[in-house]
Amino acid sequence: MRKSLTPYLFVSPAMLLLITFGIVPIIVAAVISTTNMNISAFASWNNVDFVGVDNYAKLFADPDFWQALGNTGLFAVVGVPAIVVLSLGVALLLNRGQGRFFRALRAFYFIPAITAIVAISLVWGYLYNTQFGLLNYLLSLVGVDQVQWLSDPVLSKFSVGLVAVWRGTGLNIIIFLAALQGVPKDYLEAASLDGAGEWRKTFSVTIPLLRFAIFFVTVTTTIAWLQFFDEPFVLTDGGPLGATTSVSIFLYKEGFRLNQFGYASAGSIVLFVIIAIVTLIQLRLRRADDDY
Amino acid sequence: MTIRPLPLRPDRARRSPRAPRPGVIALGGVLALGALATAFPFFWMLGTSFKPQQESLDYPPTVLPQHPTLEWFQQLFTELDFGRYLLNTVIVVLIGFVGLMFMAMAGYAFAKFDFRGRRALFFVVLATMMIPVQVTMIPTYLILNGLKLTNTLVGIALPTLVTGFSIFLFRQFMTTIPTEMLEAARLDGAGELRTFLQIVLPMSRPILAVQVVLTFISGWNSFLWPLIVASDQKLYTLSVGLALLNQQLAVNPSLQMAAASVMVVPILLVFIVFQRYVIQGFALSGLK
Repeated sequence: MRKSLTPYLFVSPAMLLLITFGIVPIIVAAVISTTNMNISAFASWNNVDFVGVDNYAKLFADPDFWQALGNTGLFAVVGVPAIVVLSLGVALLLNRGQGRFFRALRAFYFIPAITAIVAISLVWGYLYNTQFGLLNYLLSLVGVDQVQWLSDPVLSKFSVGLVAVWRGTGLNIIIFLAALQGVPKDYLEAASLDGAGEWRKTFSVTIPLLRFAIFFVTVTTTIAWLQFFDEPFVLTDGGPLGATTSVSIFLYKEGFRLNQFGYASAGSIVLFVIIAIVTLIQLRLRRADDDY
Repeated sequence: MTIRPLPLRPDRARRSPRAPRPGVIALGGVLALGALATAFPFFWMLGTSFKPQQESLDYPPTVLPQHPTLEWFQQLFTELDFGRYLLNTVIVVLIGFVGLMFMAMAGYAFAKFDFRGRRALFFVVLATMMIPVQVTMIPTYLILNGLKLTNTLVGIALPTLVTGFSIFLFRQFMTTIPTEMLEAARLDGAGELRTFLQIVLPMSRPILAVQVVLTFISGWNSFLWPLIVASDQKLYTLSVGLALLNQQLAVNPSLQMAAASVMVVPILLVFIVFQRYVIQGFALSGLK
């Protein structure tokens, strides 16, 4: 290998961008979170004062932040198992069928994962519409009254979550299908020879062998739910009455609607710490699991 | 008569290959229903986009348009500014391809050169993969503002132009290119840039294809940065234009579905043509 300027020239455009928009912002966020920075800073930097941990103290006294934290926790606790179980189930079924037909079906499950969230939300908003939405029409056929999919505080959580689950399974199905390719056929055949039925084989051979994929999907899905933003933003804008406001929505509103940059940065650092802790705990649990 | 090897899976040999078991038919049925239910919102979107306004509000709803019309697509591109939004979106995607080139170059340097600071820089690459966008959202906006790039298309594309994960993927793939080939090219007098463009890039075609498709999809669909950075309506991308339509015209589902179709159909076409690369890419990017 050669020593010259060449590698630096190759690496610098990308690294410059990565450091500017990946590393510097973290430091900036940490610094801003200790100031009272808001829109007036654009007029003059003299309007920015150091306030220590005031933003953090204010944050933990803010009922809206606690509501957003609670919502995010609820979404994660219900949403992670929903996505993991559903995508694992579909992947196991898809893996059983061979041939063109089953391969074509895979594509359908994958479409929601690649289409734009804004377009998706318009379509779902139309389906959910109280007066002329298809869902309420179908329910009216079986005698159910108009359902307030997006304006009922309890139901709106479900409606928004459903779209996220619908959108989130596609990618994980692909990951599980890839992992299923790695399950050795002889293991399954050995189990058949021992007289194991299909259910037994699935639960005693296949699923234990998918342990890493399941762990991986659980960790990434948890992180995704903790950062939950798109669906509530476009479907309900965090409403009604904050019922679908996740921490990310809260941060966006504080930062870009109310221009409280310091306050929102403090919130983003808290979210970052929560995500890091949850991920570390999951990694720990896995290590404990491997000790067996 | 030739001697056939013993069938490896005796149970399959016993059955005639053309008649599937009832179990397989049931499986196919369940999965087909699930697939239709999953894709249904898109069928509904396309169907409604051709319905006259009254029909899309009708109760009971019609499944297929009874009086198909193209007026909403016309309206999008004449009365509304969707032609411009489309152009802006295409420009953002094209800027994304410049970023792709940067990432390929960086991946190549990490894979094939030994230089001071390589380990530290590569650590930076890996570290950025773990940082959520919400943390960087406000500082990035302030940085763009400081660079006077807010309200520009470049500013929209810049925050996501380079991702640690893509650099990582390029690096992983490019380490498999034999170093002798590069040495041979240099002995033949090819410059470094030429070696990269004429030897390294063509040999990286599989990973390049995956990344091109992913770059297209993420640029086309990007929503957060256009929303934050573009305040002038002239700079809206399709996604922002569509979100605006959501607030303005909640009473005309046909127009909304037509606009959503403009955004979704190109991605579906890309998906159908490049399915293999899309799935490969997503399976890989899921593994980050």
